[in-house]
Amino acid sequence: MKRGISLYFHYISVIIRSTMQYKMSFLLSIIGQFLISFNVFLGIYFMFIRFNEVKGYTYSEVLLCFSIMLMEFSLAECFARGFDGFSSIVRNGEFDRIMVRPRSPILQVLGSRFELSRIGRMLQAVVMFVYGITASGITWTLSRVITVVFMLIGGTMLFTGIFMIYAALCFFTLEGLEFMNVFTDGAREYGKYPFDVYGKNILRLCTFVVPYTLVQYYPLQYLLGRTESPYYIIYPLGTVFFLAVCYGVWRYGLRHYKSNGS
Amino acid sequence: MITMENVCKSYKVAKRNAGMKEACKALFRRETETVKALSDVSFTINDSEMVGYIGPNGAGKSSTIKILSGILTPESGNCLVDGRVPWKNRIEHVKRIGVVFGQRSQLWWDVPVIDSFELLKDIYSIPKNEYINNLEELTGKLKLNELLRTPVRQLSLGQRMRCEIAASLLHSPKILFLDEPTIGLDAVSKLAVRDFIMNLNKEHKTTIILTTHDMQDIEALTRRIILIGKGRVLMDGTIDDMRRLAASNEASDAEKSLDKIVAALYQQLNIL
Amino acid sequence: MKKYISFFGLRLNMGLQYRVAAAAGIVTQFVWGFMECFVFRAFYETNPAAFPMEFKAMVSYIWLQQAFLAFFATWMMDNDIFDSILSGNIAYELCRPVSIYNMWFAKNAATRISRALLRCMPILIVAFILPEPFKMTLPKNILTFIVFMFTLALGLGVTIAFCMLVYIISFFTVSPQGVRIFFTSLVEFFCGAIVPIPFLPKPLKSIVELLPFAGMQNVPLRIYGGDIYGEELTRAVLLQTVWFVLLVLIGRGLCKIAEKKIVVQGG
Repeated sequence: MKRGISLYFHYISVIIRSTMQYKMSFLLSIIGQFLISFNVFLGIYFMFIRFNEVKGYTYSEVLLCFSIMLMEFSLAECFARGFDGFSSIVRNGEFDRIMVRPRSPILQVLGSRFELSRIGRMLQAVVMFVYGITASGITWTLSRVITVVFMLIGGTMLFTGIFMIYAALCFFTLEGLEFMNVFTDGAREYGKYPFDVYGKNILRLCTFVVPYTLVQYYPLQYLLGRTESPYYIIYPLGTVFFLAVCYGVWRYGLRHYKSNGS
Repeated sequence: MITMENVCKSYKVAKRNAGMKEACKALFRRETETVKALSDVSFTINDSEMVGYIGPNGAGKSSTIKILSGILTPESGNCLVDGRVPWKNRIEHVKRIGVVFGQRSQLWWDVPVIDSFELLKDIYSIPKNEYINNLEELTGKLKLNELLRTPVRQLSLGQRMRCEIAASLLHSPKILFLDEPTIGLDAVSKLAVRDFIMNLNKEHKTTIILTTHDMQDIEALTRRIILIGKGRVLMDGTIDDMRRLAASNEASDAEKSLDKIVAALYQQLNIL
Repeated sequence: MKKYISFFGLRLNMGLQYRVAAAAGIVTQFVWGFMECFVFRAFYETNPAAFPMEFKAMVSYIWLQQAFLAFFATWMMDNDIFDSILSGNIAYELCRPVSIYNMWFAKNAATRISRALLRCMPILIVAFILPEPFKMTLPKNILTFIVFMFTLALGLGVTIAFCMLVYIISFFTVSPQGVRIFFTSLVEFFCGAIVPIPFLPKPLKSIVELLPFAGMQNVPLRIYGGDIYGEELTRAVLLQTVWFVLLVLIGRGLCKIAEKKIVVQGG
C-alpha cells in the first residue's frame, strides 16, 4: 500500500515535469478549466438575480449544494480521472504495456493519466466551497461539519466508481461511450441544484439508478435543518457499496480483455 | 523453460464494408465473424535459448506473445513459463519477463530518458544496487551516456530503440520478448541492436523470443526458428531446415536470399 | 467547389460509420434537454412573472439547442487541424492548390453539418411528440420558419468563422490546446449556451446582444420560438451578417500573415 502510494506520487512528479515543458499551454488550460466551472456559477448567479429562489431553495442554499457537489467531483477527478483517458490507453495498445508490469493496473492507469490542468477546476471548487460554506448562513455544529466531511468522502467514492465503470466499458467497446458523460459531467452540471428541483422522477432515478442523492439531496436536508434524523449524516457513506459494485464491473471487464484482446 | 501445449485462441471481429449504402445497412444489423488466431499451438523453449518467431502479418505472432506475457487468456491448452501460468500469476510472472514492443514506446515522451528509468525502478521495485549495476552496464553497452538526459521526443528512432531495450532490461528479466525490435532502424542502429541482443543472450543466459519480419535479424541471431501461419506452427527448426523445406518444392530457390525463400515458403504453404 | 462537395460526402460517410457514437450522442442530448427543461420548469413554476420568455419558446429553444448542438458548440473543434499544426503536417496542406482558409472552413462546415444531420432528426421528432409542457411547437408562420432557416445557416457561419480565428491564432502560439480551451470557455457564456441571453440582467443583456457570440445560437433559436420579431429581428439579422463578414475578413487577413511566417513545429 505504502509503496503503491509512493509510486503514484512518482508518476505524478513525472507528469508535472512533462507538463512543465509546455508552460504556456498549461497556464491557459488552467484558466480555461477555471472559467468553464465559473460559467456554471455565473449561470446560477444570474438565474437567482431574476428569480430569488427555486422550489423553496434560496440562493445561498443552492450555492452550498453546488459547491459541495463540485468539490466532491473535483476530488474524485483529482485522482480517478485517469480513467477518463482510458479509451485511448486501450486503443493505442498502451494497456498491454500496463499488463506486463508487476503492478495493479488501476494504479498504473491512474498514475499514467493525471491531467494537471484540472487544477483549474479544483481551484474553482475550493473557492466556491469556501464561499458556499461561509455564505450559507448555517450554524456549523459538529454533526453538520461531520456531514459535510462524509459528503465529500462519499461523493469522491461515488464519482470514482462512475469513472471506473466508464473505464471498464472500454474493455468491451470504444464506441458510444459519450453517453457516460451524462453520469459524470452531467451529474456535476445538474447536481448544482438539489435533485428534487427536477421533480420526483429524477429524484428517484438519482437514488436508485446511481445513488447521487446519497451525497447530495439527503445529507443536504440535514445541513439545511430540514430534518433532525441522524441517519441523514451517514447516508453518504452508503456509496461504498456502489464503489464495490463498480470495482466488480472493472474486474469483469479486465477478464473480458484478457480473453478477447482489445 | 517455456512450454505451450495445444493452445487455441479466437476473436470475434465486426465486419464493416465500405460505401454509403453499406454504412446505412450496418446501422441496423451488424455482422461479426470469428477469427481463429491460434489453433493448437505447441512448442517448448529451453532456458537461455534464442528463438526466432516468424510468420506473415496476422499469423498469430502477437497473440502468442500476448499469451506468453500474461496479457491474454487462451481458450484452451496449457502454457507454463518457468513453472507459472502467465495469466494466472500475472504479477509474479511479469516481474521475470521483459517485453519490447518495437512499434510502441514505454518511455515518457516529454521527460529525459533517465526519469522514465527511475519510474520503472519504482514500478518493478528494483533494489537500489541492482538498479545501479544494471543501469551502468546497459548504459555502457547500448551507449546511452549522451541520451539519458535528453527528452524522448528529441531522440532519433534508433536512439529511442536502444533506450526502449534498456528500459525492458532494468529489472534483469530471465526472459525477453522482442516484438520487431529493428523495425524502421538504419543499418548502424540495427547492427548495434543485434550485437547487443547477441551478447545479452551469451552473457546473461537470457531466454529471448524474437518476432520480426527482418530475415537478416533471424539469420544473425537465432539458430532455431518457429514458423507460424494461420494460427498453426508449420515448422520448428533451423534456417537450413527452412531452406530445405523451401527447396523440396522448388529446387532452384535454395541459393536465393532468405527473404525470397521466406516469401516462397509463405506462398507455398498458402498462409498469406 | 466540387472538391468541397466530395469532401462533405466523405465526412458524412465517416459520421455514419460511427453510428454507435451518434446514437450515444442522441441519448446524451436527450438527457441534457430534459434536465434543462426540468430546471427551467422549476424556475417557471416558482415565479412565472419573472420568466423573460414564453415557456413554449423556452422549450423550443432547449430542443433546438440539443438538436443543433454540433452547429453551435464552439468546443467541438476539429482535432485534425490542431494536430496538423502541432505535428507540422500543416506543411503538406500548404502544398495543396487550395487556400487554407477555404479548405478548413469547408472541412469544419462538413463536420458540423454531417454531425447535426445525423442527430437532429431523431431529437426533433421525439421532441414534437412529447407530452405538454415539454412538447416542441411549430413556428408561428412559414415566414418565421424561413427566417429561422436563414439565420440558422448564418449562425453556423458565424460559429465557424470564430473557430477559424482560434485555429489561426494557434499558429502563433506553441499551445493550441491552451488557446482553444481559453476561448471556448469564454464564448460559452456569452453565446447563451449556459443561460439564454434574455435571462441576463438588462444592462448586461443589451451589451451581450451586440457581441458576435449572440449571432451564433441565440438569434435563430429565439426567432423560431417567436421571441425575436419585428424591428428587433431586422436588427439581429443585420448584426449577425455584419459579424459574419467581419470575422471572415479578419480570419483571412490573419491567415495570410500566418502563412507567411509559419514556423512548422515538431517533426
